[in-house]
Amino acid sequence: MSAEQDILQELAGREYEFGFETQIEMDIAPPGLNEDIIRFISAKKQEPEWLLEWRLKGYQLFQKLSMPTWQNFKLPEVDFQGVSYYAAPKNKVKYNSLDEVDPELLATFAKLGIPLEEQKMLSGVAVDAVFDSISVATTFKTQLHELGIIFCSFGEAVQEHPELVKKYLGTVVPQADNIYAALNSAVFSDGSFVYIPKGVRCPMELSTYFRINAKNTGQFERTLIIADEGSYVSYLEGCTAPMRDENQLHAAVVELIALDDSEIKYSTVQNWYPGDKDGKGGIYNFVTKRGICKGKNSKISWTQVETGSAITWKYPGVILQGDNSIGEFYSVAVTANKQVADTGTKMIHIGKNTKSRIISKGISAGHGHNTYRGQVKVGPNATNARNFTQCDSLLIGDRCGAHTFPYIESKNNTAMVEHEATTSKIGEDQVFYLNQRGIDNEQAVNMIVNGYAKEVLNQLPMEFAVEAQKLLSITLEGSVG
Amino acid sequence: MLNIKNLHAAVEGNAILKGINLNVKAGEVHAIMGPNGSGKSSLASVLAGREAYEVTEGSVDFDGKDLLDMSPEVRAREGLFLAFQYPVEIPGVSNINFLKTAVNEIRAYHGQPPMQAKAFLDMLKSKQKLMEFDANLMNRSLNEGFSGGEKKRNDVFQMAMLEPKLAIMDETDSGLDIDALRIVSAGVNKLRGKDNAFIIITHYQRLLEYIVPDFVHVLYNGRIVKSGTKELALELEEKGYDWLKEDIRLEEPVQ
Repeated sequence: MSAEQDILQELAGREYEFGFETQIEMDIAPPGLNEDIIRFISAKKQEPEWLLEWRLKGYQLFQKLSMPTWQNFKLPEVDFQGVSYYAAPKNKVKYNSLDEVDPELLATFAKLGIPLEEQKMLSGVAVDAVFDSISVATTFKTQLHELGIIFCSFGEAVQEHPELVKKYLGTVVPQADNIYAALNSAVFSDGSFVYIPKGVRCPMELSTYFRINAKNTGQFERTLIIADEGSYVSYLEGCTAPMRDENQLHAAVVELIALDDSEIKYSTVQNWYPGDKDGKGGIYNFVTKRGICKGKNSKISWTQVETGSAITWKYPGVILQGDNSIGEFYSVAVTANKQVADTGTKMIHIGKNTKSRIISKGISAGHGHNTYRGQVKVGPNATNARNFTQCDSLLIGDRCGAHTFPYIESKNNTAMVEHEATTSKIGEDQVFYLNQRGIDNEQAVNMIVNGYAKEVLNQLPMEFAVEAQKLLSITLEGSVG
Repeated sequence: MLNIKNLHAAVEGNAILKGINLNVKAGEVHAIMGPNGSGKSSLASVLAGREAYEVTEGSVDFDGKDLLDMSPEVRAREGLFLAFQYPVEIPGVSNINFLKTAVNEIRAYHGQPPMQAKAFLDMLKSKQKLMEFDANLMNRSLNEGFSGGEKKRNDVFQMAMLEPKLAIMDETDSGLDIDALRIVSAGVNKLRGKDNAFIIITHYQRLLEYIVPDFVHVLYNGRIVKSGTKELALELEEKGYDWLKEDIRLEEPVQ
């Protein structure tokens, strides 16, 4: 070992000693995107060679791909060279209990209303908390471990279960799927990994809270969930972000794989910083989420409540490959002030007797614009495929917009595809009716909106549903005068 | 309890009420009748505070307070209840939760703590029995998919739960079959007391056979043109409104 390395190590050790007293120090890569940065990230994470190669391939694809032009909003210029692609709490250690976790970090979580300790005890939720890019606390691991369930950070999975990661990574969302998926595959920081073994029903909701904290660092989460034959898992993803001036890019990739007779339920409450009243600041949430019902009789269900972000752009979809498989998509998307959401789903029917169900509820207030964009595709072999789509829009005020773009493509004449759509305005009559029973405007609108979104909110696990209801209220605060 | 003086109101600049005077005391039931377009429902809307109606003149005193100065929800919390001519549907909002919210908002306004779940359910059950209200409707979304009659009954049930000082019933009898009319009327009669009052707006004398009013007023062209006791309703039933119109025309100054 050279003298230089000795000194570095000593310094690192010293920082470790004092790290707990001051603000958490970040290990930040300089802004910019090039092969060196990718090598830096990969080295930081001590990744195997094959993963580095994979990242580099992603970077090459990213350079070749161009920005989409079909979206129903003005895509802001993103300066990819101005973003820092790596930020991690410096003093990364393994914790056996929460007592060992940096108290400042815990305080931040508390501020966000995520008291890990309490959650651990009260709700029986195992929390894999992602603070910026690196996992810092994982709970309930032992209990899950006994069942053979793997629930860990993506980085950990790369180290400890490389065969699973290698087998499934990029199989649902190919690197070349879109420019942001390519970018993510090149620079992804961390995320979650879940594997449920054959025949195991995961006894608790698995939950990850993401949070953007470091300034000007994009978050590039990567999540991979595999449900082996006959297994079941319910996964919750929720996020909050603090106030911020600059736009931040969030380009996550989520891949779900359901084998024979298994079921994955994936719920999201998305509450990134939406920007101020004039739309200044706010997160760009450009996410690629897709699941594959690979095995027969498998089921994947997406539920999302999208209240945050300046721009939300995502289409959680399901590839229905296995015969008799089922795909579901339940969505509430709220846009207030100058927020934009262009979201929906893709249901790709390949196997026989496959079914999909889409319930989308858009809510637009202020100057918000809400677009539902959905694709239902029935392949030539998808005999007896069934789809039901219901897509409703609710308008609050007269300066907002709702748009619907359903694409239906069927190559099998036994398929049955139904589409229903409604657009309504919160009626003055409804508000007045509630007023006349002693309920003020704000609460009246809450009641009407929550009633409208109920079909979707009902799909969420209990504690999440309560949080989602609160979020809807907060988001629409002041939108009715 | 309610003292309306020279009340004028307009919708989009068109005068609808042209000088209403009405005094309602606790314990009284007033019926307001009149032909279509005479301003009956407008009077109900103005009293409840519907935004589209602009009060251009006059005053309304409600138990010593200026009613016109209050927002619609404050009027409700002060004890003014409107049974709607057309109760609206609010999909996804459960009837029970809605009622609980309304009850607790009114309690909060009067400085009372929210009702405990048990106490609320007990109250719900006893009122349900009193009003012969179908328990199945209780668990459904607010008026969603209710028949016209069920909506009206739901409104009257809400009235029983909220225990207002003054209830205005805007053509509650329209759309009710004879059985429902009997049940609704019986419910209202059970709610009558010395401390509350009712204003019953109706086209037909039939309802007044069940809910016997202390006073009957005829509203025509935005004004109360005749007041009397319950016998007036019978007279109207027999003769229609035309004879009154004749009278009024004679009274109007020649232009």
